[in-house]
Amino acid sequence: MADFDPNVNPQKRPFSLQLDLAQFEPATEEEKAQQETMRESTTFFKDGMRKLRRNPLAMGSIVVLLLLLVTIIVAPMIVPYGYSDMVTVNGKRDKSAKNLAPFQYSKMEQQAIDTGENIFPHIFGTDELCRDYFIRVVYGARVSLSVGFFASLIVLIIGLLYGSIAGYAGGRTDLIMMRIVDIIYSLPDTLMVILLSVVLDQILGQRLQGTILASIGTNMLSMFTVFGLLYWVGMARLVRGQILTIKNNEYVLAARAMGAKPRRIIRKHILPNCMSVIIISTALQIPSAIFTESFLSFIGLGVQAPMPSLGSLANAARAALQAYPYKMVFPAVGICLIVLSFNLLGDGLRDAFDPKLRK
Amino acid sequence: MTESDAKKRKMIVLMLLALVLAVMGWIFLPIKSEKILCTVVLALSCGAVFFSNDTGRYVCKRILLALLTILIIAAITFFAMNAIPGGPFSKEKAPSAAVQAVLEERFHLNEPIGTQFRLYLEGLMQGNFGVSTKTGREIATTIFSSFAISAKLGGYAALCAVILGLILGSIAALNRGKLADRIIIFFTTLFVAVPSFIMATLLLLVFCLQLNWFPIFSTDNPSYVLPVIALMLSPMSYITRLTKTSMLDVLGQDYIRTARAKGVKQWKVIFKHALKNALIPVITYVGPMTAYILTGSMVVESVFTTGGLGTKFVQGISNRDYPMIMGTTIFLATLMVTMTLISDLVYKAVDPRIDFN
Repeated sequence: MADFDPNVNPQKRPFSLQLDLAQFEPATEEEKAQQETMRESTTFFKDGMRKLRRNPLAMGSIVVLLLLLVTIIVAPMIVPYGYSDMVTVNGKRDKSAKNLAPFQYSKMEQQAIDTGENIFPHIFGTDELCRDYFIRVVYGARVSLSVGFFASLIVLIIGLLYGSIAGYAGGRTDLIMMRIVDIIYSLPDTLMVILLSVVLDQILGQRLQGTILASIGTNMLSMFTVFGLLYWVGMARLVRGQILTIKNNEYVLAARAMGAKPRRIIRKHILPNCMSVIIISTALQIPSAIFTESFLSFIGLGVQAPMPSLGSLANAARAALQAYPYKMVFPAVGICLIVLSFNLLGDGLRDAFDPKLRK
Repeated sequence: MTESDAKKRKMIVLMLLALVLAVMGWIFLPIKSEKILCTVVLALSCGAVFFSNDTGRYVCKRILLALLTILIIAAITFFAMNAIPGGPFSKEKAPSAAVQAVLEERFHLNEPIGTQFRLYLEGLMQGNFGVSTKTGREIATTIFSSFAISAKLGGYAALCAVILGLILGSIAALNRGKLADRIIIFFTTLFVAVPSFIMATLLLLVFCLQLNWFPIFSTDNPSYVLPVIALMLSPMSYITRLTKTSMLDVLGQDYIRTARAKGVKQWKVIFKHALKNALIPVITYVGPMTAYILTGSMVVESVFTTGGLGTKFVQGISNRDYPMIMGTTIFLATLMVTMTLISDLVYKAVDPRIDFN
């Protein structure tokens, strides 16, 4: 068979079991195309995103959150009022602009409008100190959202570090570290948050006087500290559990056999594999932090006085509930909308990315 | 069961009894030597049960952990309050040095902090939480008298939440994908996201002030309906979702199909076979629910002005009445830890599939 030509069919020998290739014909281009894979191979991330995009509730909550985000960023640039300043007309303080209904103008503003001036409407009205209520609600939402994000970030960082060290080290280190976690975990969190933020507020207040940190507000700082101190334990448990299961996989053994350092194994092999679960848990942490913050503000422990938060606005509105019910409704709807969207988004992320729920 | 097993079990029951007696004695006996005796009995019976078998070891571990937690909470609150600058008697109008000294002597403020903590713990054991800096009354009296209202409110709320949650969850599971299921899931998703203080204020606004369906709360005309609804909705929603998931899980099991195939009636399948097993995850939620209702009652009580322990706590915070905050925190925390312990132990007792290691 020295001169084999692929285009010429070999002769079939009589009585042999060899197939008669003359009975076959080459596939057309169209038929060949059918053999190609129908769908591109997807990565874990792409597949998850596809699932997420099909979930109307999750997409709806993303849209709501984006709208809220745009509002709280853009609104302070457009609305010409400050959250702590009285409404002014031509540089004069307008004392008649007290407790206005939404889109109502005060007498002074009405006069100014009559002379042909442009006055920005009070979309949510004004409060009892003649401040524009819309901008206060916007700043309140800003405070609530940033507390949610930063608290979750702190929790994520501490929990990730602690959990991965405990999980990877194993043995006695793990035992001792996890006993500490068990004890902190069994403390009733809301009560401890209340107690510690009362105390830290007093202690930090005196230490920080005159520094840059004081401008953020000691209440806010003590709240972050307390969140950091108490809520990381759940995350640490989760990370540790994930790492314990992944640690025993063959690829980790292979990496170790090739002499990879623990740091590299944790960073390159273990963390990417438990990332989805961690991100989902962080997303679900945000609403609970916002919840706690608004609760603390409602009982008078949240952010400091001129700075509004949705919880403290709701608390302030309680004083004149019968006369101005709308003042209660705006911050209340704000809190519920934010918490609901984050809850739904977290659920959607879990359905899309949690390896345990994937089919 | 072999004879040695039965003997062992009897021994464990006896030891547990000794344990409970020792704890009771330690709390209520006033004399120090008797207390020490009780501690010895406590330690001995703890140790005996601890090493007898897995169940005993688990129960003991949890009880000890709970006691440790309460001790830690007491320590945190005590030292945190002491870290705040200014003592309870440093007011704007400073009393004379002699009065100051007498007061410090009386409340042991002149002792070193370790001794103060020991004295405070001893007082705590006898239900002595100290004296309010604002009103000058005994905090223990305030706590125990105001807890009656909170307990009533919280008890009703917990009961309603569990019963309604179980019913709604079962309905949702049995009508999976139908209209009833969708409506229930829609509202429960909504209610989980509404904080209790918002719910309370909105209910007050709509049903009390606008519609006048319910009177505003007063002591001679107490109406617990709205506060209970405000407290109950969020835990109820959670229990509904929990029941639905576990009910769906149970309904897919083989023994349900077997029961149906044998011709057992529908309601009997649901109540005897399905719901009984679907209940188990709900038991674990009792601990967190207690915590939620207790913290929720702080705001709900003050919104509806029903009074109660929560209101006292919030007043303590706004008055910066540190002994009051400390006393209520320890009391509520102990309650929460105890409820979590009970719900966990009941969970293990009810579900035989769980092993104790």
